[in-house]
Amino acid sequence: MTQTKSTNNQPNASTESGFNFAYLDEQTKRSLRRAILKAVAIPGHQIPFSSREMPMSYGWGTGGIQVTASVIGKPDTLKVIDQGADDTTNAVNIRRFFAKVCGINTTEKTSEATLIQTRHRIPETPLKEGQTIVYQVPMPEPLFVIEPSRTEAAKMHALEEYGSMYVKLYEDITNFGHIATAYDYPVMVNERYLMKPSPIPRFDNPKMNNNPALQLFGAGREKRIYAVPPYTKVKSLDFQDYPFNIEKWDNKACKFCGSTDSYLDEVVTDNQGTRMWICSDTDYCHHQQKSGIDS
Amino acid sequence: MKSLLNVTKLTKTYGNIKACNNITFELYPGQVLGIVGESGSGKSTLLNSIGNNLLIDSGEVIYVNQKNQVLNIKQIPESQHRKLTKTEWGFVRQNPRDGLRMNVTAGANIAERLLDVGVRHYGNIRQEAAYWLEQVEIDTNRMDDFPHTFSGGMQQRLQLARVLVTKPRLIFMDEPTGGLDVSVQARLLDLLRSLVRNLNLSVILVTHDLGVVRLLAHRLLVMKNGSIVESGLTDRVLDDPQHFYTQQLVSATLVP
Repeated sequence: MTQTKSTNNQPNASTESGFNFAYLDEQTKRSLRRAILKAVAIPGHQIPFSSREMPMSYGWGTGGIQVTASVIGKPDTLKVIDQGADDTTNAVNIRRFFAKVCGINTTEKTSEATLIQTRHRIPETPLKEGQTIVYQVPMPEPLFVIEPSRTEAAKMHALEEYGSMYVKLYEDITNFGHIATAYDYPVMVNERYLMKPSPIPRFDNPKMNNNPALQLFGAGREKRIYAVPPYTKVKSLDFQDYPFNIEKWDNKACKFCGSTDSYLDEVVTDNQGTRMWICSDTDYCHHQQKSGIDS
Repeated sequence: MKSLLNVTKLTKTYGNIKACNNITFELYPGQVLGIVGESGSGKSTLLNSIGNNLLIDSGEVIYVNQKNQVLNIKQIPESQHRKLTKTEWGFVRQNPRDGLRMNVTAGANIAERLLDVGVRHYGNIRQEAAYWLEQVEIDTNRMDDFPHTFSGGMQQRLQLARVLVTKPRLIFMDEPTGGLDVSVQARLLDLLRSLVRNLNLSVILVTHDLGVVRLLAHRLLVMKNGSIVESGLTDRVLDDPQHFYTQQLVSATLVP
């Protein structure tokens, strides 16, 4: 067997010794890249891949981390976010992991990153051409709630039979008067495949549409990869008389930066039930605060 | 008149067992065809090999669709077949649990067929669902209730509403009155009879209840061990049974 080695992927002094660049071995990375290429060629379609054991448990982003490991290169700058924040356990650990096994630069600034691994959010700062965003996906199959059989679900995808997916939306409107699905809101990709956007809030769904960045999705436990290439149509499911809409926070602004157009987290601050609302995207919030001081 | 469905020499075996042996019959628009026979005589296999995607060993099933196209059911692509079962055809099962989604509301059960054909207007779907609930004599107040809160007879009628909403031309019924008591059966049969007439439905009705076929079916097939042993007008077959088995079947019916 031939050993694949590229010169710019040589580990440098700052990396942990005894590991291949980006932790996975070259053959594994190649097999993942094949799956990714296939996924990009068929937007929204789930491609199976042989998910590897990673040094973290399922549910912590093993899918995302494998996709990141297979596309990352020496010149990349990595940003990792968890629920919008750069400083939470998951984000910090994954960032440190890649810094150790790749010796690459990391950043917290969305605009400076070339590669962003995310859990449950899309950054507020619009993504640009040339950037890649990797989503951690717990459950890739959107038809799972309707059809427990994978074989049947695959057939429904193949024949584009997505009517029953609307049954859930119908039930939402019947019970609550509006579509109550708040996260992992199903979308149609390129007018062909039904896709789960991973548990991002539906607030972020419109950002996926016609996004200039490449969007990759990795589900480690379920062993599936799918993708949305740049500038691809992504449409959230809705009814003609109940159009898709995003969450709104009436008259609420971020306590720190005063933003009214970002996704706000509600934080309970004491035992009396005092609440405040803050940006979920920490980088965006810092940026807003800074520009507020500057002006 | 042109026939709607043409079954020729349909044969289906399970190993050594001939579940359906050389079955041939025709079904015309607006006709109700009863199939009777004892358990294991191949009635349900016949129904499934026509209406569902059960592979058959030999024979032909020809269906003329709404656009007057002649379709060889066993040769059309699966996508087209599945589309037929969701639009022009309907299945009413003996056990409503097989024909309904029990974990969504009655309205959603009816809505699903419309959603399958691409209707995406909530208000219109609600209206249609309410209309068909009325047609099958279910109070529209019950639209947002779950099917498991319905009585057996209501569940059966809900199945019917779910099927009828896409205005099918051919309905397959597998023992539709199976688990119902006699008075509920009578109401369901009454409803079926008027719907069949008003909507000009063609029905293939599998049952072992001779009373049901007497009331509903225009023509009758009697099956035994996978073969048709007798066929003809329902009243003729029941009043003047020719085959030994039919005679036995008719004489075995309890008359109160």
